[in-house]
Amino acid sequence: MKTKKSEPLFHIVKRKSMPIKYQMLVRLLAIVAALIVCAVVTVITTKMNPFAVFSAVFSGAFGSTRKVWITLQDTAILLIIALALTPAFKMKFWNIGGEGQVLIGGLGAAACMIVFGDKLPDPVLILIMLLSAVGLGALWGAIPAIFKAIWNTNETLSTLMMNYIAIQIVAFFTIFWEVPKGSGKIGIINQNTNAGWLFSVGNKYLLIIIIAILVTVGMYVYLKFTKHGYEISVVGESEMTARYAGIRSGLVIIRTMIISGGLCGLAGFLLVSGIHHTITTTVAGGQGFTAVMVSWLAQFNPFAMMGASLLIILLGHGASEISTSCGLNQSFGDIITGIILFFIIGCEFFIRYRVVFRKKGGKA
Amino acid sequence: MSEKAIELKNITKRFGTVVANDNISLSVNKGEILALLGENGSGKTTLMNMISGIYYPDEGSIFIDGKEVTIANPKDALNLGIGMVHQHFKLVDVLTATENIILGLPGKLDLKAAEAKIREICDKYGFVIDPKKKVYDMTVSEKQTVEIMKVLYRGASILILDEPTAVLTPQEAERLFLVMWRMRNDGKSVIIITHKMHEVKEVSDRVVVLRKGQYIGEMDTADCDVQKMTDMMVGHAVSLNITRKTPVDPKPRIEISHLTIRDEEGVVKIDDVSFTANSGEILGIAGVSGSGQKELLEAIAGLQKNVEGKVFYIEDNGDKTDLLKLSPLKISEKGIALSFVPEDRLGMGLVGSMNIAENMMIRSFRNGPYVEEQVEKNKAEALQVIKRSLNPFTDRKGPRKLAETVVEDLNVVTPSITTPVKNLSGGNVQKILVGREIASKPKVLLTAYAVRGLDINSSYQIYDLINKQKEAGSAVVYVGEDLDVLLELSDRILVLCGGKVSGLIDGPGADKNKVGLMMTSLEGGSDEN
Repeated sequence: MKTKKSEPLFHIVKRKSMPIKYQMLVRLLAIVAALIVCAVVTVITTKMNPFAVFSAVFSGAFGSTRKVWITLQDTAILLIIALALTPAFKMKFWNIGGEGQVLIGGLGAAACMIVFGDKLPDPVLILIMLLSAVGLGALWGAIPAIFKAIWNTNETLSTLMMNYIAIQIVAFFTIFWEVPKGSGKIGIINQNTNAGWLFSVGNKYLLIIIIAILVTVGMYVYLKFTKHGYEISVVGESEMTARYAGIRSGLVIIRTMIISGGLCGLAGFLLVSGIHHTITTTVAGGQGFTAVMVSWLAQFNPFAMMGASLLIILLGHGASEISTSCGLNQSFGDIITGIILFFIIGCEFFIRYRVVFRKKGGKA
Repeated sequence: MSEKAIELKNITKRFGTVVANDNISLSVNKGEILALLGENGSGKTTLMNMISGIYYPDEGSIFIDGKEVTIANPKDALNLGIGMVHQHFKLVDVLTATENIILGLPGKLDLKAAEAKIREICDKYGFVIDPKKKVYDMTVSEKQTVEIMKVLYRGASILILDEPTAVLTPQEAERLFLVMWRMRNDGKSVIIITHKMHEVKEVSDRVVVLRKGQYIGEMDTADCDVQKMTDMMVGHAVSLNITRKTPVDPKPRIEISHLTIRDEEGVVKIDDVSFTANSGEILGIAGVSGSGQKELLEAIAGLQKNVEGKVFYIEDNGDKTDLLKLSPLKISEKGIALSFVPEDRLGMGLVGSMNIAENMMIRSFRNGPYVEEQVEKNKAEALQVIKRSLNPFTDRKGPRKLAETVVEDLNVVTPSITTPVKNLSGGNVQKILVGREIASKPKVLLTAYAVRGLDINSSYQIYDLINKQKEAGSAVVYVGEDLDVLLELSDRILVLCGGKVSGLIDGPGADKNKVGLMMTSLEGGSDEN
């Protein structure tokens, strides 16, 4: 039995709410603190000037006009995938299948390019590619949703497994359509005719960025102002409330996953038709998973997702720049990325809670 | 007698800018039952949570047996002999009583010795408990006994009971009081939190009243009456009368015949129940919790799947519509204004993370801008008639106006109508739910435990609202757990026991003990059927 007065060193108290101004300040401080820790780690492990490393990160993402455009384009793709996952997440349907939905959409686009490449006029071909990519992505999203709606299966597992099915199907078709025979890859499709290559607006990066902005605004409006958006929020909160309100949860789940998968398919189309002009099993590059983090980091706010995707892409490009220009390997870049993300996510705790330390003298 | 078991000095606890407990000092003597009274949000539970180690006070000190102590976590509290029985039981369903009681205790697992000790405690305080019974087979009262046993087994000398009688029948409550008196005579201290004034009168020695986080006063129970306690709690004089006007021109509105409801496992929850609810009348439904009340109301509202029988809605001109198996949406599309205040406010009636305005449109969001026009014209149709419009957008202004009206008319305490409902106190959440449901001027109003967890002031406001609906000609079906209120409020009372009707009696002149007996056995008899 403790009878001596000994107040615990600290205890945690929930904050009521914090003005936006201070929230931003906390986040800014978190980034500064993260940079300081990164600097210390850099000095200890590599004995290099941390500022040289930081400027390498920056120049990796923004070092030249071309790099700026590529950074923005990659941000746009990641943003679209994150936006695609968001309605599902708001419904508390954990769609971990973004990777597969992007990939299968990309395959749909590539297949049309290969099959109809020399048979259809370009605008028609691109439209068919778009439809087949969005359609296949939607199908890939709908299958786990139907299982969930009818048999209440665990969507985390089924969407995850659908990724592997998509990867294997793409692997099969890369052999089926390999060029040249025996190479095990498709290579650039329609290199001579450029059939099915996405036309460019201004420069070849701009159209994708414009599409991403349109999707952002569209998703914001969809979630916040439409009946569908309202239904998604209710279903996400409680199945019983949905029934009480006369909402058929099953239908909402399937419909939302068609939208989610379809938008992932759109990202797949942009990757194949607008950027890579080929299909490989790694064309999505893990962005289906990274997008999960982006969506959460932005707390499901479409506009905040713009910043979150930019941050992730910036760190990624910076990390690869470090590995080349500073002669450090990719893992060091990952360490820096990890530290910064840790601080950014961790600072949310201080926005929601307050830590009260023992007052001097131990007497309350 | 006046030796202090526990003393709190100048305890303050803040949550953000809210001061939940403001400089509270009180003490409990050995061999005393202290009743802690206060409205919802007055800081009773916060204070008790600090004694039992769930929160840590920002300021102030706690003394046990005259010595200053630190209670940093629930384990410290247990070591100091403080045990709390929470409102919501924390038991493992698949384990037996004994296993639950010794769960988490250090030392060798010796069920026999534990059972012997449990029997000994049972005999001492007059508990009845079967140590080998599994928790899922237990009634609410038995589960509560296990909870109290858990605390006593650990040698607690200070017991805190948070609204222990909320879920008990009158007879079960009496038995609990007997146990509490035995504990008192054994020199233990008991703190009881309750909203039921007559229980305070009956069971406690002393009363402490809190209001808005502040200590208001204390008195010996012998010297106070219900009116005085209520006035202290609320801060001004409150009328505690429920007026029961004679129903005006009652006509059959809902006719239920041979209704049987099974749950998902096929267990019969309501067994061949028939009755009629009239317009302009409150039909009270009494029963031990879990007797099928919830299922009955949900079946009428179109939320139960496994149902047989007939549920007729009868128009003023005598036209009948069978509502059974119609979804809530279908019912409202037929133009039938049926409102339902479900038991589970935030799990069914409202969406916690949405704000007040967004919660207003939970039934009517499909109507789109139609709602706004109707609210503008102050027409009840806004929420009642579902007009599916093809407009893909929801209406924002209509629900916002309705939210403002509800907040104003029902005195909801909220920072604004854009506050998420889950941040409001229980009473205010309930007012929003009831406010929305009666805004559509319903022909049928179903309410399940409309005042559960509400303080006396909010409760009477809700009774008043329900009475107004009755006067407006609504057929009200009121499921309640406070028998005294049920008897005062209802024009007729249907008593359920184990899913069957054990009697239908007239409200005026109904005898509480008789109803209590009917709740527990089917042979209670009835006036009419």
